[in-house]
Amino acid sequence: MNVPILKVAHLSKSYGGVRAVANVSFEVVSGERLAIIGPNGAGKTTCFNMLNGQLAPDQGKVEFEGRDIAGLKPRQVWRLGVGRTFQITETFGSMTVRENVQTALLSRHRRLRSLLTLAARAYANEADALLARVGVLDLAARACAVLAYGDLKRVELAIALANRPRLLLMDEPTAGMSPRERGELMRLTSELARRESIAVLFTEHDMDVVFNHAERILVLNQGELIADGRPTEVRVDPRVREVYLGNRFADA
Amino acid sequence: MTASAILIQFLNGLSGASSLFLVAAGLSIVFGVTRIVNFAHGSFFMLGLYVAYSLIDRFGHGAAGFWGGVALAAVAVALLGALVEVLLLRRIYAAPELLQLLATFALVLVIQDFTLWAWGPEDLLGPRAPGLSGAVNIAGHQFPQYDLFLIVLGPTVLLALNFLLKRTRWGTLVRAATEDREMAGALGVNQKWLFTTVFALGALLAGAGGAFQIPREPASLYLDLSVIADAFVVVVVGGLGSIPGAFLAALLIAEIKAFCIGIGDVTIADSVISLPKFTLVVEFVVMAVVLVLRPWGLLGRRLTPPRRVGAVERPLALPSRRAVYALAACGAALALLPTLATGYSLILLTDIFVFALFAVSLHFIMGPGGMPSFGHAAYFGLGAYGAGLLLHRGGLPMELALLLGPLVAGVGALAFGWFCVRLSGVYFAMLTLAFAQITWSIAFQWDSMTGGSNGVIGVWPAPWLASRTSYYFLALVTSAGGITLLWRMFYSPFGYALRAGRDSPLRADAIGIDVRRQQWAAFVIAGLFAGVAGALYVFSKGSISPDSLAVPRSIDGLVMVLLGGVQTLTGPVWGAALFTWLQDAAARNVEYWRAVIGLVIIALVLAFPQGLAGFLRDRFAGERHAP
Amino acid sequence: MLEIERLSAAYGLAQVLFDLTLDVRAGEIAVLLGRNGAGKSTCLKTIIGLLRPMSGAIRFAGRRIDGLEPFQIARLGLGYVPEDRRIFSDLTVMQNLEVGRQAAHGRPSEWTPRRLFELFPNLGRMQHRRGARMSGGEQQMLTIARTLMGNPKAILLDEPSEGLAPLVAEQLAKTVLELKREGLSVLLCEQSLYFAQSVADRAFVIEGGHVRYAGTMQALAADVEVRDKYLSV
Repeated sequence: MNVPILKVAHLSKSYGGVRAVANVSFEVVSGERLAIIGPNGAGKTTCFNMLNGQLAPDQGKVEFEGRDIAGLKPRQVWRLGVGRTFQITETFGSMTVRENVQTALLSRHRRLRSLLTLAARAYANEADALLARVGVLDLAARACAVLAYGDLKRVELAIALANRPRLLLMDEPTAGMSPRERGELMRLTSELARRESIAVLFTEHDMDVVFNHAERILVLNQGELIADGRPTEVRVDPRVREVYLGNRFADA
Repeated sequence: MTASAILIQFLNGLSGASSLFLVAAGLSIVFGVTRIVNFAHGSFFMLGLYVAYSLIDRFGHGAAGFWGGVALAAVAVALLGALVEVLLLRRIYAAPELLQLLATFALVLVIQDFTLWAWGPEDLLGPRAPGLSGAVNIAGHQFPQYDLFLIVLGPTVLLALNFLLKRTRWGTLVRAATEDREMAGALGVNQKWLFTTVFALGALLAGAGGAFQIPREPASLYLDLSVIADAFVVVVVGGLGSIPGAFLAALLIAEIKAFCIGIGDVTIADSVISLPKFTLVVEFVVMAVVLVLRPWGLLGRRLTPPRRVGAVERPLALPSRRAVYALAACGAALALLPTLATGYSLILLTDIFVFALFAVSLHFIMGPGGMPSFGHAAYFGLGAYGAGLLLHRGGLPMELALLLGPLVAGVGALAFGWFCVRLSGVYFAMLTLAFAQITWSIAFQWDSMTGGSNGVIGVWPAPWLASRTSYYFLALVTSAGGITLLWRMFYSPFGYALRAGRDSPLRADAIGIDVRRQQWAAFVIAGLFAGVAGALYVFSKGSISPDSLAVPRSIDGLVMVLLGGVQTLTGPVWGAALFTWLQDAAARNVEYWRAVIGLVIIALVLAFPQGLAGFLRDRFAGERHAP
Repeated sequence: MLEIERLSAAYGLAQVLFDLTLDVRAGEIAVLLGRNGAGKSTCLKTIIGLLRPMSGAIRFAGRRIDGLEPFQIARLGLGYVPEDRRIFSDLTVMQNLEVGRQAAHGRPSEWTPRRLFELFPNLGRMQHRRGARMSGGEQQMLTIARTLMGNPKAILLDEPSEGLAPLVAEQLAKTVLELKREGLSVLLCEQSLYFAQSVADRAFVIEGGHVRYAGTMQALAADVEVRDKYLSV
């Protein structure tokens, strides 16, 4: 089970001479839940965007299931089996929840060029099954634009699952949610990850979420990886406390 | 060219740049703060010129009369601008962006007819500037003194504006409101007042731009649209909201134009290319090139979408059985109509069918595609010219020409669309306008092929379709068929992907959709169907002239879609019917029919900010969503 | 200082606030706690006039302010710090402060850039930096400083700790307490009970647009039932 599904080696990116990410290397094992934390501007988002295809790295390798995906476009990365959710939810607001998932399914089956067939019935059952899995089937006919934030996060998850990903990238999955919703969403994610052995890599600001739901934590500071370990180790790491955690989480 | 000739052309370019810059700077500032693309900005320029003419006429041609007249004209236009802002724009800041555009376009119509009423149709040439009426000798050439004055004017205004925006409290507040007006308000900034002053300043610059032209250019009724097109290009090339960018762009374009005129005819491989004629297209070519290389203009930055509480589009439900029956009944009624109706109404209805198809094809990219084209008439015109020329020059039978003409539009859309879909929002709109203008220039200038300003005449349908009634049926069947196909695509997987790309390009990309390709394909489809409408049109009229692909025709399309409601399925059809009928009725019965249409549009925009069909739906459909 | 009586508000046709009644006394920090979507931000937006109330009354320093424009309310001395910071990224720190500057009506001007830089030393070191080039924590400081430039008597703080690193959030709490010492009243919106506990005197818990609990922060901290039901920390 301990096969690395994602291998990141010597990843670097600069903006106008400033190193945003410097020589970062790590691996993610199938089914593992891994959090990336660090202060604002530490390079979390840059790092993340190099994994999902939004940014091309200056240097370094990103290998997914043995294939170099650095520099591929997001849509190509998705086709290979990497799903993602956004920090601020990105769904198709004018379409219903079901249509959102149907669109992802149509894309997976490469049927989006079809001009004159009716899309409404395409993969409707499959879409509903996905919505049921994340617990928002009752909202299937509502427009995404009118959904509550927590529900949108779940819809995003269903969209991400539509392509049966082996790796899920979640950028601040619980930003803007209440503590209870946070817990529920992360429990759901963990369960899915375990049951279908999907690896989950997420960035997060909420330390409760991180310490409760990550099996491993990476800490970035000024673009460099300064810690990589289990929550119990990272929590007491003096450097991490100095640059990021402060005193609140020290005694746990 | 000799070195001295180059110098003179360079100076010519500099002096031409000044008035262009003044207008563009005003447009840019107004857009930056209010996010309204003010179509009437060119009309302010035109008014500045006319008002200055009258004032100087009254004050006398002395120095005081001239300069006083110019200054007062600019101030008068500024006051008008403030009035327009308070009475009209202030009421529609919360309306969708395109409706605001529609309102300012209506203003263009009103001001145009007002000018016609007040000053008459003749061009009016003003006096020379006292004290600057002579010429100076520069490197052996006589160069007008007034042009030297203009060369100084541009940079002076640039510095003044820069000071105003960067160094004064007012400027800081303007820049803050440009970024986030709501937040500026919550910090105690009275944005109503701020917006009015900004709009007045923009109008002042436009009015001054016009007034300063008085010794160089006659006041003419065609100035409004030609100036606004120029100003759009300058603002977009320079980068929306960037004043130095506008200056740079004005300089670039004016210089290229000056050199095109200066160089004259060039002979390459035995064919004569007339560069002066090229000036009509050159700015649009510059714009296309700049936008492809630097999508946000020379000095511009990516636009942050403005914060607004606009209505969120609701899901597109499949039409109910009742709605389908109702539409079928409409079709049947129209098919039976020729047994009752008289000749003229059949012609009007044929026009309506043509424009309904045109409007629906535009709606296809504007609505689900989120691509508001300002140059959709290009494809209408290409279809029309294509059909006409295939008949005349290609010698094809009419039926075949009707069938193949639209392909010309499709090919045009394929080529232009490749560039256009690289941009979005206002930049997209401007680039489509640029390509339409290029197409228009080609149709206008390629005399040997297109018949120039006369166009192609004698394009009549085959004998079996020649009667009013049979052509009516042809138009009805073709248009209804085209509309049905397009509507079907709204609900196809293709349509889903298109809407997905509009709603969230990020998410669409993250589920494997190539948004740009999708938009390109939609652009071509829309162009093709606009071409069908154009081909239908040419045979119904028997002729085609460059007017059918000029800017006003593109705007007509926008008006139809927006009047009907861009967020509804059938809206554009009702919009096309209403607008075509209105235009026809007004043109036949009222002398100042443009003003009437303008006022009607303004009234409709104020009364139904969601469009007619949107209003009817909200009024009668029980289901409503909160945003 | 600030009294809200039976306030109801809606976005479009969806009602978000129902008969909300709460108050902030002079010189105290009150906190509105609740989940995302409970109506906290809407409540602040309605107070500052960005959203028109459907019914109810809002009084500030004894004067009705519901129905006024945001700029009028701001000029009366009510400051607003929005949840997503919304600094003017094009403007420098100094220019951001300039936008917030309003004369203190009838009082000597309390806040100058110089005094603000004492409170936020970080900002003092980057006076001419553009907003776009500041970190999230620095931006949060700037939004507060900018609002103080209007010499407010009270400020509305919308989820200031959201998205901040724990270390920065700790600093922020100290700043908020300092404002209280300066005599400002504060109405705070928070999801983080931890942050609220470190600054607030009184708490209102809202859920589904209704006030479900009102009392001192201490009492709330002890009330396990309310906490579990509405806050679920």
